[in-house]
Amino acid sequence: MTDLNAILTVASRDVLKLLRDRTRMAFTVVFPVVFIGLMGGTLQGNLGKAAGFNFIGFIFTGVLGMSLFQSAAQGLISLIEDREQDFSQEMFVSPISRYSIVFGKIAGESTVSLFQAVPMFGLALLLQVPLSLSEFLLMLPAAVFACMLGASFGVLAMSLLNNQRAAQQIFPFLIFPQFFLAGIFNPIKVLPWYLLPFSLISPMRYAVDLLRGILYTGRPEYSKVVLFSPMTNLAVMAVMFVVFLFLGTALFVRRETNR
Amino acid sequence: MSQPVIEVSDLIKRYRKADRNAVDGVSFSVAPGEFFALLGPNGAGKTTTISILTTTLAPTSGRVLIGGADAVADPAEVRRQVGIIFQKPSTDKNLSGEENVRFHAILYGLYPYRPLFRMMPAEYRRQVTDLADLLGLGSEIFKPLKTLSTGMTRKLEIIRGLMHRPKVLFLDEPTAGLDAASRRNLWDYLKDVRETSSTTVFLTTHYLEEAEEADRICILDKGRVVKLGTPDELKSDLLQEYLVLDAADRPALLRELERRGLAVKEKGPFQVILNGHSPQDVIRSIDTELTVLKTHAPTLEDAYLRIVGTAIE
Repeated sequence: MTDLNAILTVASRDVLKLLRDRTRMAFTVVFPVVFIGLMGGTLQGNLGKAAGFNFIGFIFTGVLGMSLFQSAAQGLISLIEDREQDFSQEMFVSPISRYSIVFGKIAGESTVSLFQAVPMFGLALLLQVPLSLSEFLLMLPAAVFACMLGASFGVLAMSLLNNQRAAQQIFPFLIFPQFFLAGIFNPIKVLPWYLLPFSLISPMRYAVDLLRGILYTGRPEYSKVVLFSPMTNLAVMAVMFVVFLFLGTALFVRRETNR
Repeated sequence: MSQPVIEVSDLIKRYRKADRNAVDGVSFSVAPGEFFALLGPNGAGKTTTISILTTTLAPTSGRVLIGGADAVADPAEVRRQVGIIFQKPSTDKNLSGEENVRFHAILYGLYPYRPLFRMMPAEYRRQVTDLADLLGLGSEIFKPLKTLSTGMTRKLEIIRGLMHRPKVLFLDEPTAGLDAASRRNLWDYLKDVRETSSTTVFLTTHYLEEAEEADRICILDKGRVVKLGTPDELKSDLLQEYLVLDAADRPALLRELERRGLAVKEKGPFQVILNGHSPQDVIRSIDTELTVLKTHAPTLEDAYLRIVGTAIE
């Protein structure tokens, strides 16, 4: 019971911090809008016809998955910096379990990331992404899963990067290649053999593919765009989440105390 | 002495890739209700020690018991028993004072989670109102912390740290970054806290005047305990009272002093170690006309500088 209260506290703190920080709020909203608006527009105009399917929808699902995944991961990484300042210091000396702290943080940063989804869905409407109501409703839980997978990926990354500088330098290398390996802007239905294994271990790929599976189900482009069935994607995401969470937390705690 | 609330024995910590121990065989114990100060220059191992005592760092070897609980084997129990005021502020500036307090209280299992102040149990709300009155904050406790002064924020942290009634309150250089007035103010406040709560206080500092108020002082240098005792003990152990004397005819003065068997340091002005003699005794026995006559009573600062100074040499 204490742990549930603690998880809620840790999570709500992240959300409150976002709500109280106007600049960060504005940035959260602007960044994905720029991506979808500019990228989607130019790509649809130039490549859409050649690809033979709706490129706006492709970019929308890609950027949605990517933004949620990345911002949740980034939120967890910030623990590296935070543990030496602000309220985070308090969390680490309180009697609650380390798993509660990390899980609360995952819940909090996932919620914070979800705020990004709101303007993106608005934009999707504006850019006439072919999205029905039922597809939209199915995308909401998929978006939550994308955030949680990103956050758990952040836990594992954090456990491997022991200081702020390493985090700033190495974290982009863990995230940036995934943009291409997960096929955010580029179709990856066909991949050269040496890239395929990297693509398969890229967690972002599954989050994005799940969103695309929902959007393209029942459409003629489905086989050109979607890689795995939504059920397969969900199963892989669940396994990855559990492994990242427990392995990451255990490694993080060990590294923290055995400096 | 009753069962100590803090027991540290043969504590050693060597950081990875370090070529020497940051804490090198430290032992001490602290009695319940005691005000214990860990004093030392930067890099002496103070923060390392306090981190181990508060379970955020694992020792290389040695044993730490807080309220009977082992810091390595049972960290959760140790965390329940201690409150910590960190060197760097541990508050969220964008959140209100009340929210900072509430989150602490929930993390320590004092109250269930509620998203809003008005939904919290009446007991908590009364506690916060009392707390705001105590700090003279009134309704400002509901405003973002960034609107409050650094000194006020520190006090709020102390109150927050005491909410779960810890057996030991750790203060890691609590006045770092405060101006002289706020430091004095915080210090007076801490004194009140100590008088009313009877909590054991464990302080690290490099300000000597802060340690001088402690029941006992442990001076740490290069990871080792250099001295441990009451401020008075440290003074009498470490420093001798002496007279500073000088005369136009230094050789004559020196001869007289040596004839009386007094230990003399420096080549003039001379430092005459009193060693139990009274200043009158010494002066009465001197016929040479003096040009300088001063008595030097030791301060703890002298003692501290001497210890740390020798250690550095």
